[in-house]
Amino acid sequence: MSAVIEKKGGFRAWLNKRLPVDQFMEDQLTGYYAPKNFNIWYFFGSLALLVFVMQIVTGIFITMHFKPGWATAFDSLQYFVREVPYGWLIHPMHAVGASFFFVVVYLHMARALMYGSYKAPRELLWVIGMLIYLALMAEAFMGYVLPNGNMSYWGAQVIINLFGVIPGIGEGLTEWIRGDYGIGDATLTRFFSLHVIAVPFLLALLIALHLVALRQVGSNNPDGIEIKENLGSNGKPVDGIPFHPYYSLKDIVGVGLFLTLFAIVVFFVPTFGGLFLEAPNFEPANPTSTPDHIAPVWYFTPYYAILRAVPDQKLGALLMGLSVAAFLFLPWLDKAKNKSYRYRGILSKLLLGTFFVTFCVLMWLGLKPADGIYVLLARIFTVLYFAFFILLPFVSKADGNGPVPNRVTYNAH
Amino acid sequence: MSDHAAGHTVGDTAPEVDESRRKFLIAATAGTGAVGAVLTAVPFVASWKPSESARAAGLPTEVDLSRIEPGQMATFFWRKKQVYVVKRTPEMLASLNSHDGELKDAKSENSEQPEYAKNDARALKPEVLVLIGTCTHLGCLPKTRFTPGDTTISADWPGGFFCPCHGSKFDLAGRVFAGSPASVNLVVPPYSFEGDNKLIIGVDSAAKGAA
Amino acid sequence: MRTKFTSVLLTLLIGAGAAHASEGGNAGWQRSADNEVANLASLQRGANNFMAYCSGCHSLKYARYSRVAADLKISDELRDQYLVKPGAKFTDYITSSMPEADAVEWFGKLPPDLSLVARSRSPDWIFNFLTTFYADPAARQTGVNNLQLPGTAMPHVLSSLQGVQTVVWKNVETKGSDGKPVVSHQFEKFEPAVVGSLTPAQYDEFVRDTVNFLQYASDPTQVERQSIGIWVVLFLLMFTGIAYMLKKEYWKDVT
Repeated sequence: MSAVIEKKGGFRAWLNKRLPVDQFMEDQLTGYYAPKNFNIWYFFGSLALLVFVMQIVTGIFITMHFKPGWATAFDSLQYFVREVPYGWLIHPMHAVGASFFFVVVYLHMARALMYGSYKAPRELLWVIGMLIYLALMAEAFMGYVLPNGNMSYWGAQVIINLFGVIPGIGEGLTEWIRGDYGIGDATLTRFFSLHVIAVPFLLALLIALHLVALRQVGSNNPDGIEIKENLGSNGKPVDGIPFHPYYSLKDIVGVGLFLTLFAIVVFFVPTFGGLFLEAPNFEPANPTSTPDHIAPVWYFTPYYAILRAVPDQKLGALLMGLSVAAFLFLPWLDKAKNKSYRYRGILSKLLLGTFFVTFCVLMWLGLKPADGIYVLLARIFTVLYFAFFILLPFVSKADGNGPVPNRVTYNAH
Repeated sequence: MSDHAAGHTVGDTAPEVDESRRKFLIAATAGTGAVGAVLTAVPFVASWKPSESARAAGLPTEVDLSRIEPGQMATFFWRKKQVYVVKRTPEMLASLNSHDGELKDAKSENSEQPEYAKNDARALKPEVLVLIGTCTHLGCLPKTRFTPGDTTISADWPGGFFCPCHGSKFDLAGRVFAGSPASVNLVVPPYSFEGDNKLIIGVDSAAKGAA
Repeated sequence: MRTKFTSVLLTLLIGAGAAHASEGGNAGWQRSADNEVANLASLQRGANNFMAYCSGCHSLKYARYSRVAADLKISDELRDQYLVKPGAKFTDYITSSMPEADAVEWFGKLPPDLSLVARSRSPDWIFNFLTTFYADPAARQTGVNNLQLPGTAMPHVLSSLQGVQTVVWKNVETKGSDGKPVVSHQFEKFEPAVVGSLTPAQYDEFVRDTVNFLQYASDPTQVERQSIGIWVVLFLLMFTGIAYMLKKEYWKDVT
């Protein structure tokens, strides 16, 4: 490597003496070997990073005009959208971006589940990822409250009141969060501060840790085989290829596809039929009128469905919390020898498949009114949801140990 | 990029590498990406331009001239700037001819004013002087020193404006005196008249005549 | 594999959005507004309708006269003559003419601002609201009720145009959740009681234009956004295509 640097001379050599640019490229990109059998599911990590950057940039520009506060939030956002040049584009990018963030993160998580990417030695990588997910939920929730539309108001009302079920301190806690007896200026301004400064910082830190941990243990792959255990004569994994140029170029294709989809939504269906931007949120907050049908944005609805399925307030809140927290324990609940579900038995595949379906059905149920058949369905699927985590240790131990090939599956094209 | 490609070839047989095709595709991708990045920057850069409410607030300002006494000045706001409107008396106008040699830009060649104000009086109607009240040096508000021979300045002072920040001096047409830190005359904004007593700051008389 | 995945994802995305939007049954009086927000002539008539019949009570507080005129290609002369209210400047926001205290006294509440009504409700909702006023002696204040918004505080402002209609109800027997028959009161048809100055078809057209204008006002850039969007999407597809060729070229190395 040093020979390469000396040969080049000129500015590059000057720079490299002062800043290890080529060394960094070598360590992190060209010399970093990733399994060659990544499929489409491996796009979503880099895409999540892209959406994060997009949200920061669009957010910075919205912040230049948005005035947090009970009396000013709604009007200033309309002002931004209607009167600031290109506000009509920047705001939908941010609002749609929030939903796309969760689309990408959910697909990223589903990938980890299918290929056992959370299993040793990647437990911490998974846990940090889950912390990112939690921070992202907080970030999205507060961002949703900020415009002070009627759905913002009632959504915040419901979510903050959830903290009220904690025995003893509940009531004091909700007042402390709001800074008032109801949602008001104090609530909106502190949410603004957290939304634009504190949580983004935390997210950036966690994302950096996630990447450092990833570089430490290396990427998993669809076959769940550790490529580091099979090195070639050059000391590099025989099933690995340099991240750059192979995956850097592949990720650019993913970025292009993603941005195309993103642009279609932003330019043609920004509200996405009320899923990304809900109709009642085009009315200012009105403490005297609850919208007929209140539901959180789609990315929270699986947990919301679980909350509503339980006829007891405290138990419902507890189960909802557990349903999120359960993901944290996956690395230790999964007792299989093999990582990837490709090399697990039919029972394991059924269990995971049922869980994916359950998650989607709960997501749909959370958007529906809580009456009639929907309540019954929500209860059935809540049971199925937890059944996954409870059965996983037994099922994975029983049929997660089939034969695994020595080399990854890859067909050149 | 290309020097890694061949070196890290993975597999049993080394395929032939078409370097020129690779170079072309890298250039095409990078070029398209750069165009895309620039186009993406457009809305963000443009969002800093004055919004519709700023432009609505920056509309022309109407001034009723009948409320200004001859020899007096009134100030108005137009586009967040102070605009000085002075009704000049014949004596004030006469004073303008006495000191061309002491001015930096007597003919307003290097100064900013509409074409119809590029004359000796720097005005459309000589008796009405309209100036942006921002010192061309560093943006302070020049003070009125209309009395000739004002003792705070000098005995041969013909009357004009004095900037308290750095001492720039202007005559009663806003022309800057030699020895001042400011290098050009005070700016004349576009304006026009409607009837005898209505001054409209911000509507250009040239544009109005053409329309 | 990748293209298939993309098309499936796209279909799911758009499909999910559309399915979510089109919920709700049809009760016989519900119709689609069928307005075209790119139709300038319709928007201009709608703006005129709004100023003549709605703006007395309702504001459009995020819209400026000047912006509306510019977007709808209304000349400065026509703007000042027909659009801008007496006493208002052409750059002002469109506010209602009615003092707030009077409004509360007359209607019991403030007539809502209509800037965003086409988004918080929907164009169809407004269309049905404005076409389903019917005479109802039980409504003591206004004498009319509404199928879309039962118990509305708004009087039938457009009755001189539409006339006044009454509703013929029918009794419908359905099975309740407990299996026992439940008789409910349902809409059968309208019957004209007082004839208005417009024919039913003309009135629908009048309402359609007005709804169209409100849809424009709720999102003034929507037409422009879509026309820019086509180019953005085409550009991104081209970029993706080139990037894909580059990726493919390099991945020849990987065997």
